[in-house]
Amino acid sequence: MIVGSQKSIDEIWNMVKDFKKVLVFGCNTCVAISHAGGGKEAETIATLLRMRASQEGKSMEVDHTDVMRHCEPEYFEPVMDELKKYDLILSTACGVGVNFLSQRIGKIPVYPGVNTSFYGAVEAPGQFVELCAGCGNCILHLTGGICPVARCSKTLMNGPCGGTNKGKCEIGPEVDCAWYLIVERMKELGTLDKLAEIQPVRNWSTSRDGGPRRVSLEHIRAYEEGEARKSETAGGNK
Amino acid sequence: MKSGSNLEKVILSGNPAVTAELGPPMSADPHEVIKKANILKGFCDAANITDCQTAVVRISSIAAAALAYREGLEPVMQMTCRDRNRIAIQADLLGAAALGLKNCLCLAGDHQKFSAAGRLKGHPGAKNVYDVDTCQLVGILKKMRDEGLQEGGDPLEAAPKFFVGASWTPMGDPIDFRPVNLLKKVNAGADFIQTQGIYDIELFRSQMEKIRNMGLHERTAILGGIIVPKSAMMLKYMDSSVAGVSVPKALIDRMNKAKAAAGDDKKKMRELQEAEGLKLTVELIHQILETPGVKGVHIQAIEWETAIEGIVKAAGLYPRPTFTE
Repeated sequence: MIVGSQKSIDEIWNMVKDFKKVLVFGCNTCVAISHAGGGKEAETIATLLRMRASQEGKSMEVDHTDVMRHCEPEYFEPVMDELKKYDLILSTACGVGVNFLSQRIGKIPVYPGVNTSFYGAVEAPGQFVELCAGCGNCILHLTGGICPVARCSKTLMNGPCGGTNKGKCEIGPEVDCAWYLIVERMKELGTLDKLAEIQPVRNWSTSRDGGPRRVSLEHIRAYEEGEARKSETAGGNK
Repeated sequence: MKSGSNLEKVILSGNPAVTAELGPPMSADPHEVIKKANILKGFCDAANITDCQTAVVRISSIAAAALAYREGLEPVMQMTCRDRNRIAIQADLLGAAALGLKNCLCLAGDHQKFSAAGRLKGHPGAKNVYDVDTCQLVGILKKMRDEGLQEGGDPLEAAPKFFVGASWTPMGDPIDFRPVNLLKKVNAGADFIQTQGIYDIELFRSQMEKIRNMGLHERTAILGGIIVPKSAMMLKYMDSSVAGVSVPKALIDRMNKAKAAAGDDKKKMRELQEAEGLKLTVELIHQILETPGVKGVHIQAIEWETAIEGIVKAAGLYPRPTFTE
């Protein structure tokens, strides 16, 4: 899932203070799990903003609402008319949600209430850990299921470097060395000999380095376009 | 001969090789590099020119290496993967070769987080690159030199002829994987290896035994690393905090004894510890060179370049071999 963390209320206040009618818009999927931007958090932020507005003597209407997901139009279409009554949407979805809604809401600005942190998992209640970098070219079968792109501070393909210290990364004693973990895991799997192979220079174009990415499923696109043509023809016959 | 560098010639001659280190300054003034180059000249076969070590901005390795080369000191230009992608790396390699540089040591490079240590602000918010890693960088240099090709496959009109080096941390953990780590660098094409600082000779020798069993000592020239100790405090710090370095208690005790002999005299405390550090260094050089499979030593006297002359002479490694041609 996408892990987010809430921006400080001071930062949010500085973004929103000059607007009159603000909607805090929560997303109940990923960022709700990381307690950053779900319906509950949207409600809390709205309350804090109302308090702040009254402290600062600003007349501002602040409401909140939430939907299940901000990354698919059908989830926010039903509330679109409601959203358009505001002069600012403070989205507490991840950056995907902010972008996606911005493109669809016309002249109303959409601001971020959350910092989108990473793709991660819930290690323990209230503790989230980055495990994937979305690089577009997965090699986890070669590294014992431990990702060096996301989890090695230097994204080394042929680690470890000389910075491993008692199983920890040179950047700090709280950071596990991914390559230490990889070696130990490969030992456990009985596949350590695989690590002797040199991983060649990588093609990073599948990652962000290749520019903005898109995945297109041809069979689904073809089906959808076929359906659209059918309904056009049906409309023409009317 | 792959590069024709002095270091390569010394190694081929069978003499134990001696490399030292020159750290460029945080300054646009070349005189510091020129001064250090003249201090080291004649007492080592080549000197590593660090590439913004600890991620601190300094005169670039290539520029400082070119300055040292003009003074008659053969440089080992260091090249980290931290700051450049494969385009910048290869462009810099062509430039370095065009300036006459012949040795290159491939390194991952210290993470930018290091730069904010101590009194320095550094650049901990920098974006790092790591487009390629050390193994891959070694492969790029070899491909450029031996095939005359860029990494992407485009031909080079004139290939850069580098003597290609890599670092190795023999006692880093996971320690049983470190020989494989070296194997990969050798398979990638490392002609020489400079190791992390060695204090624990027994442990180093047990790692070298594995290396000999793998035959790696015959495929690359391993130069054992020595970090010249200045004080008991430095030895304790390296033991506890420097990755891949363990210092036996006996060595720390020796340094403490030297310190204690000075009583309360701060100046004497420093002098006695430095003297003990030099003595210890010479002993380590002998122990490393007596280890089968080792072809030389890499002596790092960090910000203490003036110590090299005395060390090399005391170790019986002076004069350095010279070659006509």
